[in-house]
This record gives sequence, C-alpha cells and structure tokens, in this order.
Amino acid sequence: MTMFGYRIPMMASLIVWALVWEIVGRLDIIFLIPPMTAIIAAGFDLVQTNSWQNATLVTIRSFVIGMALAIGIGVPLGVMMGRVKIIDNIFGLWVNIFVSAPLSALVPVLMILFGMGEATIVVTVFLFAVWIIVLDARAGVMQVPSSLVEMARSYGASQATIMRKIILVSALPEILAGIRIGVIRGVKGVVIGQILVAVIGYGELFELYSRSFDMERFWALTLVLFAAAMVLSAIVENAEKRIEYYAGAR
Amino acid sequence: MTVTALAADTFDPASVVTHDPVVRVEAICKHYGSTEALRNIDLQFERGKLTTLLGPSGCGKTTLLKIIAGLVPATSGQIVVNGRAVTGPGPERAFVFQDFALMPWATVLRNVGFGLELKGMAAAERNRIARRYIEEVGLQGFEDKYPHELSGGMRQRVGIARAFAVNADVLLLDEPFSAVDEQNRRKFQEDLLRLVEMERKTFIFVTHSIEEAVYVSDRIVLLSPRPGRVSNIIDPRIDRTANPDDIRRDPGYLDVVEEIWQGLRHYAE
Repeated sequence: MTMFGYRIPMMASLIVWALVWEIVGRLDIIFLIPPMTAIIAAGFDLVQTNSWQNATLVTIRSFVIGMALAIGIGVPLGVMMGRVKIIDNIFGLWVNIFVSAPLSALVPVLMILFGMGEATIVVTVFLFAVWIIVLDARAGVMQVPSSLVEMARSYGASQATIMRKIILVSALPEILAGIRIGVIRGVKGVVIGQILVAVIGYGELFELYSRSFDMERFWALTLVLFAAAMVLSAIVENAEKRIEYYAGAR
Repeated sequence: MTVTALAADTFDPASVVTHDPVVRVEAICKHYGSTEALRNIDLQFERGKLTTLLGPSGCGKTTLLKIIAGLVPATSGQIVVNGRAVTGPGPERAFVFQDFALMPWATVLRNVGFGLELKGMAAAERNRIARRYIEEVGLQGFEDKYPHELSGGMRQRVGIARAFAVNADVLLLDEPFSAVDEQNRRKFQEDLLRLVEMERKTFIFVTHSIEEAVYVSDRIVLLSPRPGRVSNIIDPRIDRTANPDDIRRDPGYLDVVEEIWQGLRHYAE
C-alpha cells in the first residue's frame, strides 16, 4: 500500500490500531480496555509466571495430540473418500454436516463422555480440525488428472505405487491447505474446549482473569494466543509455498 | 461401404494378411452399460509399421487403443501381443497421452525416466537412458526444467521420450499432436516418421486428422461410429523419400486424403 507517495508496510495498520487502542485505554472510558502498553507489560509478566507456563504446556500438549489425530485420521479418510466411491457415500454426508456444525455446542456432551480433563480438550481439537482436513484431502485427490493415473498404470505401477508417487504427491497442495485451515480451527478448538471445561490450561487462566477483572492479563493472554495461531498458520503456509511451483502450474 | 480405389490400394478387412503381426486384435467388443462402443474388431499390426486408427469422434478409436494398452478391459475378445494374450498393461507396450500426462512436480529428466523408475532401475542408469532420449527428441538443455516451463510441443516431446525410454516393442499414441499448435504439429509428424524409420517398433496411432493420418501412416484403419467397426483399411503408399513439402502437394497424397474424406463425410453431416 502506498500513501502520499510513501510505501507503507503491512504491519503499519497494526501499529495504527494499537495506537487507537492505547488512546482509548488512556482515556479510561471503559475498564474492559486498558492501555495497550499496560497489556504488553502484563504480557511480559504473564509469560514468566508458573501458572502460565504450566497452562501453555497443557495447551500445547492437547493441541499437538488432537492435531496429530486429526491429520493422521483426516488425511487417509479424505484420500479414501476421493478414491473409493462407496467410502465417499458412507462418510460424505457426515463430514459435510460436521464441517459447518457449531461444534462448541458438543463440548458439554464431550465432557460427559471424556471427563473434565485433557481427553475432552484433545477430542475437541480433533473435532474442530479434522473435517476440513478430510474435505481438502478429498478435493485434492479428486482433481488428480486421470491420465496421470493411467500413465503410471501403463508403465506397470502397482496400486500402492500409484498412491505414493502420483495421487499423494499430486494432492499435496490441497492436503496442506486443509492442514493449515485445520491448524487454525484446532487453535480455536483448544481454547474453546478449555474455556468450556474451565479447569485446565488457558481456560482456567481466562476464567480466573475475567472473574477477577484482570483485563490486562486477559488481553495479554488473548494476544499471545492470536500470535501463536498466526505463527502456526505461517509455518504451514511456508510449507505450502515450497511446493507452489507446481501447484500453480497444473 | 464401398470406396473406389484411387492412388491407394484398398482392402476388404477380412482379407488383410500381414506377415509379422506383433499385435493381434481378435474379436474385440466393448460395451459401456447399454452403449455399444466397439463391435467385433479384428486387426493385425505389423512390426516396424505405423498404423493409424482414424475415424470421427465417437467411433471408439481411443477406446480401442486403450484396450490394446490394457488400460481398459474389453467386454469380449482378446489382444495378443508377441504371441501372448494380454489382460493388462505390459512392458512391451508404451503409451503416449493426448494431454501429455506429465507429472508437474517432476523435472523433464525424472518424467522421461519415470517408466524406468517404476521398473525399479537405479537412478544413475535410468538418468543415463533418459538423457539419451531427451537428446533424441531434441530437448537437450531442458533436463532440469519443469513441464510448466515448456511449450505444448516440448511437453509432448517429453511424453514421447518417456515412451521410447522403456524400449517397448509397441508404441501406442493417442492423438499425440492434437494439443500442439499447427507449426509444431508438422514438425512433429516429420520427426515421428524419422523415429519410425530409426527404431524398428510397431506404432499404433490414433488421430481424427485425415491429412495427418495419410502423411504418417503405412496403413490406415477407418472406423465407423456407433458402434465402432472397421469400415475400411487403406495403405497410402506415399513415397516418403521426397521432401515433406512435396509430399503434401503430391497428387497421390491428395487423392488418398480425398478418398478418405469421401468415405467419412456422411458421418459429419
């Protein structure tokens, strides 16, 4: 973006909004919005506390396990759906229902099933992330040109080789796009799950800060989460870019 | 259907005798559900010759080629290659695809060597062979390029090099030049003739272009549509020692083109 002939970097808008926030905060209009500087200071305090570090550890662990399950189950299921008509018929409807369903509403049910602990959070992360991963893997497999599969067959490739050397490689851009969106949804899942369960990880902290009106820490924690989600998404996006040279050319 | 013989010899399909048939198509029928795509096709393909399957769209010429390749199962009848009945793809046949079927994520070198890679050949060996065929189709210097960096004509050269690299006896070409622009297409046809002469392989070529068929073929099999049947077999007998531009102006060449067109025109109306 350029303004008055100067190039303005993308991050500039963030700075502008941070400034607006700071001013509103200083004006002391509403206690919900403390000054940005105070939030950042609280953030530095926060990350040094034991409770934050423990909560982070629990959160990361639930997230990683949930995501690993979502990818480990979602990608193979999506690939199978893309390849085998009957599997597509069996799962297609359910995947499409769940991908747009308000999953937060299910968390209380999950608490009954899996208890008030980490298991519920893991399942929540899984349920938030898995459907879009399935759908994108399926879409990726469906767009594999049939002539490429025929080509491999005509040169004597087995079904397993075709899967490994043609279908998975060809569907990789979509699979990675699904994982990226899945990661973002998984972050939502871990936070919403923890907030609803309210006794573990960041959920416990959010609960604590909002009940004690500790808005500085509340916002600091929110910013940390936003940043984490963006960094995770950027990492997957970077992996996507590495294979873009062919994704854009097919 | 009767076709008056002009410059070419025409045969009654039943009486065609070939000496060294590499591929025999025996009573092939193909149905897609209730649609009859091919009816009772009997053909023989000689070693070292280029035979073209020519016909209007819907005559099942690509289906027949894919049945010979073992990519599509026939409803009845059999394909015999080198004396053995075949049911699936085999190393003695290589296929060149209309849309090139190149892996967009692989370099020219890997694409050309892919048939060998699937056979389990070591990388050094297959790259050596791939380089030789890349050179033969005139793509040296492009080994490390990706398909999207090449023109359509160059991409099909990669497809042809890949088919040659596996050293199959039979090359099956499914409208290989239809996605290539006109200038390149002519060059291709000339290169193809050179390759037919150099490599003593059996070429089975599918096209819908009459001129292309007459120009490159030793024998043309005319198929009629719905269901696909052999309607005529023509040996163009073009003198290929002449230079390409003269061939295209040769009255004999033009007469065969005209004859085939007369045979096919009622399908176009």
